[in-house]
Amino acid sequence: MTLAVSNLSVEARLAGVTAELRPGEVTAICGPNGAGKSSLLAVLAGLLAPTGGEVLLGGAPIVAMPLQERARAFGYLPQVPELAWDVTVETLVSLGRLPWKGAPAAEAAEAIEQAITALDLQDLRYRPVSSLSGGARARALMARVLAGRPSWLLADEPLAALDLAHGGALARRFRNQTDAGAGVVLVLHDLAMAMNHADRVLVLDRGRLAADGPPAEALSPQVIAQVWRVRARWLGEPGARALAIS
Amino acid sequence: MSARTLLALSLAIALALPLSILAGRVWIDPLDPQVGNAVPILLELRLPRSLLALVVGAGLGAAGAAMQGYLRNPLADPGLFGIAPGAALGAVLSFWTGWAATGWALPLFALLGAAGAMALLALIAGRSAGIALFTLAGLMIASLAGALMSLAISLSPTPFAMSEIVVWLMGAVADRSWREVWIAAPLTLAGIALLIAAGRALDALTLGEMAARSLGVDPVRLQVLLILGIGLTVGAGVAVAGIIGFVGLIVPHLIRPATDRRPSSLILPSALAGAALLLAADVLCRVLPLAGGELRLGIALSLIGAPFFLALLLRIKRGLA
Repeated sequence: MTLAVSNLSVEARLAGVTAELRPGEVTAICGPNGAGKSSLLAVLAGLLAPTGGEVLLGGAPIVAMPLQERARAFGYLPQVPELAWDVTVETLVSLGRLPWKGAPAAEAAEAIEQAITALDLQDLRYRPVSSLSGGARARALMARVLAGRPSWLLADEPLAALDLAHGGALARRFRNQTDAGAGVVLVLHDLAMAMNHADRVLVLDRGRLAADGPPAEALSPQVIAQVWRVRARWLGEPGARALAIS
Repeated sequence: MSARTLLALSLAIALALPLSILAGRVWIDPLDPQVGNAVPILLELRLPRSLLALVVGAGLGAAGAAMQGYLRNPLADPGLFGIAPGAALGAVLSFWTGWAATGWALPLFALLGAAGAMALLALIAGRSAGIALFTLAGLMIASLAGALMSLAISLSPTPFAMSEIVVWLMGAVADRSWREVWIAAPLTLAGIALLIAAGRALDALTLGEMAARSLGVDPVRLQVLLILGIGLTVGAGVAVAGIIGFVGLIVPHLIRPATDRRPSSLILPSALAGAALLLAADVLCRVLPLAGGELRLGIALSLIGAPFFLALLLRIKRGLA
């Protein structure tokens, strides 16, 4: 089911954004600080009410969906993840199953196991989250989202705290999600990550959609010059591009 | 939730309850034929007192665990919502008007006071589901009820009413009857059931307000559950025993390390541990020799609780908590 936004506005943050996101794709939302990236993601997840326009999942407005159904459809990772109590990795991941009240226990156990394995947390599963490194913590928080098996995965800067190897591994993990039919929407400030791992990029500039298309188009040197006011060019091969700022 | 923790706590209560009935300024041996009126003393005086300690302690323990889960703060206390001061204000008014002498009026006034505080909170909950604003509103209600209580005390019609109010506010389960048990037990049990029903939403809140909403938590429904749950447990407790502090703060701390630290795993064990703590503290009050009467339960718990709280603050300062 496609996830569409039409003429979406949030006071002082988004103005008239229209786009249609497809399952099976990794969509990156990019833009300078304060462009409205996190607001757009929160609106997509149904967590921020737009002042104008609406969000449609498969043609139906998400505000009309029952809360539990919406929680099952969308997995959301906030930009600044919180964890009030020092639970173990396994308990944290199991919180991702909260929307699935009433589902068989075996299914929950399998989903938790898969999420732990996918993010390489097997050896850390009984460790309190406070004892983990920043990167392992970020992976555990991501595993929590995966455990809910959402059909849309919405993550705000999921790669920011990860080192090179784990960042790459997580980016490939997103590809597994889209191969399985899920839609992935990521807010990314790292344009090279967006260039190399996204199928599609939305560029926001002061609340407006400045570009929308395949990464090579939406993140062209012209768009970067216009939105970020930086002269830059792409180096390297497709899939392994790096941005050179001049 | 660990079944072992629950079993251990239940066993402790099962052992402590019969002992608590026998303990007192005078130890009673029910098998001693010399003590003629042992059975009425045990059944009409000591059993309701012990049961009341269990009921009030269970309510305070469960309310504290739910509050800490809701505010995501280990220093939260059920008194923060202003429900306990609201109930106390009701009780003070029953003394002030002289109706307290009729027996049923005191708990009834206290329950009305708790309901008033709950209604004010609910009015605010309907408007904004934000936790910070909601807590501030609770603090304001607590502060308003406290001011009105002081006003009532300062304007007491007689010195006798004033001393009655002051002593009652110190909190105790002494000299209570089955009537208080019948008032407090059903309300407290219903309140604990509501708090347990809020457990999943409290677990989701572990990840923050936004993430909790993304997991399907309805913040308004959660606030309503908590207002009712904490209102019933704390309101009923204050109505029959006065203000008893620190149980709601200490007990979840003592229990948390024995659980997986999810708020939902904490509510039932905290209820049991709160019951055990209050029963033990009340026995202590009964057997401690003290000139001029018994140590008041509320004072005893504050004497234990305040140093505990200080130690906790020091631990947090060192980054250990």
